[in-house]
Amino acid sequence: MAKPRKPQRRHGISTTGRRAGTFCLLLVLALIGQATWIQVFQAKAYDDNAANQRTAIQRYAQPRGNILVGGTPITGSAPTGGRFDFKRTYTDGSQYAAVTGFSSQIYGNTQLEGTEDSLLSGTDNRLAGWALWDEISRKQNPGGDVYTTISKAAQQAAMQGLGNQKGAVAAIEPSTGRILALASTPSYDPGSFAGSGSGDQNAWNALQADTNQPMLNRALRQTYPPGSTFKVVTAAAALANGTVTDINAPTGAPSPYVLPGTTTTLVNDTSACDRSGLTLDTAMVLSCNSVLGYLGVQTGLDKMTAMAENFGFNDAKLDIPVRAARSNFDTRMNQSQVALSSIGQFDTAATPLVMAMVAAGVANNGTVMYPQLVDKLTKADGTTVQLMKPSTYKQATSPAVAGQVQQLMTDVVENGTGRNARISGATVGGKTGTAQHGVDNSGTPYAWFISWAKPAGSSAVPPVAVAVVIADSNATDVTGGGLAAPIAKSVMQAVLQDH
Amino acid sequence: MATPSALAAAPRLPPTGPVRSGRNVELVLVLAAVGIAVFGYVEVGVNIDGRAPSDAASYGAALAALALLAHGVIRWKARYADPLLLPLAILLNGIGLVVIYRLDRATPSSHVAPTQLLWSTLGVALCLAVILVLRDHRILQRYAYIGALAALVLLILPIFFPPVYGSRIWVTVGPLSFQPGEFAKILLAVFFAAYLAVHRDALALTGRQIWRWQLPRGRVIGPVLLVWAAFVGVLVLETDLGTSLLLFGLFVVMLYVATARSGWITIGLLLASVGAVTVGWLSPHVHSRVVDWLHPLASISAGQGANQIAQSLFAFAAGGILGTGLGLGHSILIGFAAKSDFILATIGEELGLVGLTGLFLLYALLVSRGVRTGIALRDPFGRLLAIGLAALIAIQVFVVAGGVLDLIPLTGLTLPFIAQGGSSVVTNWIIIALLVRMSDIARRPPSTEEV
Repeated sequence: MAKPRKPQRRHGISTTGRRAGTFCLLLVLALIGQATWIQVFQAKAYDDNAANQRTAIQRYAQPRGNILVGGTPITGSAPTGGRFDFKRTYTDGSQYAAVTGFSSQIYGNTQLEGTEDSLLSGTDNRLAGWALWDEISRKQNPGGDVYTTISKAAQQAAMQGLGNQKGAVAAIEPSTGRILALASTPSYDPGSFAGSGSGDQNAWNALQADTNQPMLNRALRQTYPPGSTFKVVTAAAALANGTVTDINAPTGAPSPYVLPGTTTTLVNDTSACDRSGLTLDTAMVLSCNSVLGYLGVQTGLDKMTAMAENFGFNDAKLDIPVRAARSNFDTRMNQSQVALSSIGQFDTAATPLVMAMVAAGVANNGTVMYPQLVDKLTKADGTTVQLMKPSTYKQATSPAVAGQVQQLMTDVVENGTGRNARISGATVGGKTGTAQHGVDNSGTPYAWFISWAKPAGSSAVPPVAVAVVIADSNATDVTGGGLAAPIAKSVMQAVLQDH
Repeated sequence: MATPSALAAAPRLPPTGPVRSGRNVELVLVLAAVGIAVFGYVEVGVNIDGRAPSDAASYGAALAALALLAHGVIRWKARYADPLLLPLAILLNGIGLVVIYRLDRATPSSHVAPTQLLWSTLGVALCLAVILVLRDHRILQRYAYIGALAALVLLILPIFFPPVYGSRIWVTVGPLSFQPGEFAKILLAVFFAAYLAVHRDALALTGRQIWRWQLPRGRVIGPVLLVWAAFVGVLVLETDLGTSLLLFGLFVVMLYVATARSGWITIGLLLASVGAVTVGWLSPHVHSRVVDWLHPLASISAGQGANQIAQSLFAFAAGGILGTGLGLGHSILIGFAAKSDFILATIGEELGLVGLTGLFLLYALLVSRGVRTGIALRDPFGRLLAIGLAALIAIQVFVVAGGVLDLIPLTGLTLPFIAQGGSSVVTNWIIIALLVRMSDIARRPPSTEEV
């Protein structure tokens, strides 16, 4: 290039200044672009980030909707004075813990508090008057209310009956599937850790460390071998499939009964069972393992499984709307295992809820209703959002077969192991169970009782069916009739009186 | 700057009729700005307490009195000034007071809105004093070197005071504290403008050619580079990266505007990158800022909860398009500096993308009025100074807003007129005073030019 440069035309400040201005405008445009990226396109991801406290702040900014029993709230909300404005309170926390679950600012929401959370916290779309406008104006709807099907009297009777034993009660209205009581002991106060303070954390940690597992909902979330109470299912299967046609005719069960393919004898708890020619009715009244084990094998695995499943066994998605643990009846077994399973042992295990469904299905003339805990959902102003509709779970047996099983259960209470459940002025049908468990059956047996009751002489469907299990008791003589039947009796009485 | 052809021609044309001073437009806009600010103040109260703040009327009256006083002085002493400058400044300052008041409501133990109002009043007073005293901006040219020296002293001063949050940028005298760096930037802009106005031809036309770039003679560019290096050196020592980035940007823009040599911008950016990488590598303070910028959510996955940048992003995201409404957001979760460096996040959350874009456009408008003033002026010093001051606002907004929006690494600066901080708001009002004076001279009809 030539050394002496030709003076070239240089841009003036008017031009360079304008370019500088354009550069500044580009800077501003870059900012607007970035703001758009974050506030429009990335907003959802940031909003949903677990470290973003806004969701929690908004959730607790207003009182939570209530859970009601018999039209009276059993929950409330209290101002905290902290960043999260309101926390959950419970009027009688431990009494209803198995019904409500908990709603904690730290530990989340479980059971009914969890399944109905969107309604209770006000985010449920059904609460919105004008969904789109509410979205734009960011209007927060007040939390809705959850009316439960629980009967205060039945729940009280159940909790009182369980006392300081480890156990659970589930009670159902057979004709509708309405859950009347859901109790589990030892219980806990869900309000003790509803907030976010250190006291809440200490309460939670203490409950978690408690070896008695007070936060375990034994009525819904724990299965136990049902023992002899399962014989109701076996009897229903035997009658429904023609294995037995007359409950008062000899069943043909041998005595002693040797488990098929083995040399082991299926033993009975009472020597009265150790004779041949027993009728089904006698076998139920005396709770004879040998006869019912024999009948289970005669009915066959497939039909036994089908009947168990009619009552709620093997259902992993039994939502009331809280999901119950899956009750089990094995579907692949040899005959000796079928015999043991038919008397509620081997791998057979049931939640108290499902055993209550067994009693309720029999009481409702063979129709098992879907168990439901929620009567209705309303907005804060009381407008109904959703109303419970009874629905059939399964038709387990014909009304005729159900009638025969009802007779068997009535006889158990009148003449057999279930005498402790007798109620004057009422017809009661029931079945006891004392299930062995543990290594070499060393554990304290589970004491069971399932039953239903109706006013004497009534031809209507019994208003209550109940299942009681005592998992651990200090009593010296642990039997279903001794420990569980009195509790079932008081729950049934509470409902009958209420009725 | 949006319509170059019209702008370029306008000031050169002889006035064809009575020149419109625009003072009545200014009056209407000033009252509108006060109205918007008072509306925002009332909205905060309504949204938080369900009723207007009890002092809303007196607050509005105070703001209106201040605004009308400023308008009166401009009408009296700077009749032809750009009518948008004052309303824009009032509106931005008003928004800032509203947002600070709103954040005060979330921090019961610390109420700074009254102090900020006091600083704003002082800012307006100084602005008016400058307008009254400084009849012609060209006078400043004489004091350019003294100003540069004063600026350097101001910048060095904080080294003798204890560091605040990792940066030595504060001077504390009793209960008062201020950031000298804020004032220094005006003095530096004046110095650059004065120096470049005199030497721009020498800078642009002489020197040796290396490949395609023409480099200026050492003795011409030397003093500028020296002053600039002294500034940046001090700032790096004080770990005030925001201000050093700002001054560097100002230097490069003014150099380009004066000389039209784009090659220097390339060199400047190259030097800046080298400097940035070196500092980012050596200084742990800066290094952590870069890491936070690249991975704003890293502290969450590390189990340490959301850091400030993450909280800031959460706030913007929570605002969405329309915002939560004043007083209804939770930007206070950002914690430290929520009222100063991070104040934009509150605006983003509570006024949404719509409000944020509006705010950015207000700044863009203010900057464009400054650039217009520069283009309309006829003396090189004034032209460079006006454009420099406009660029100062633009770059400062970009550096701080880009930081809290995670567009660039965060380097603490204040959002002009809005963020909490006395030095900042006073400095910005002085910039407005200079632009008012210069635009008055630029738009004044020739017959009245001699004053």
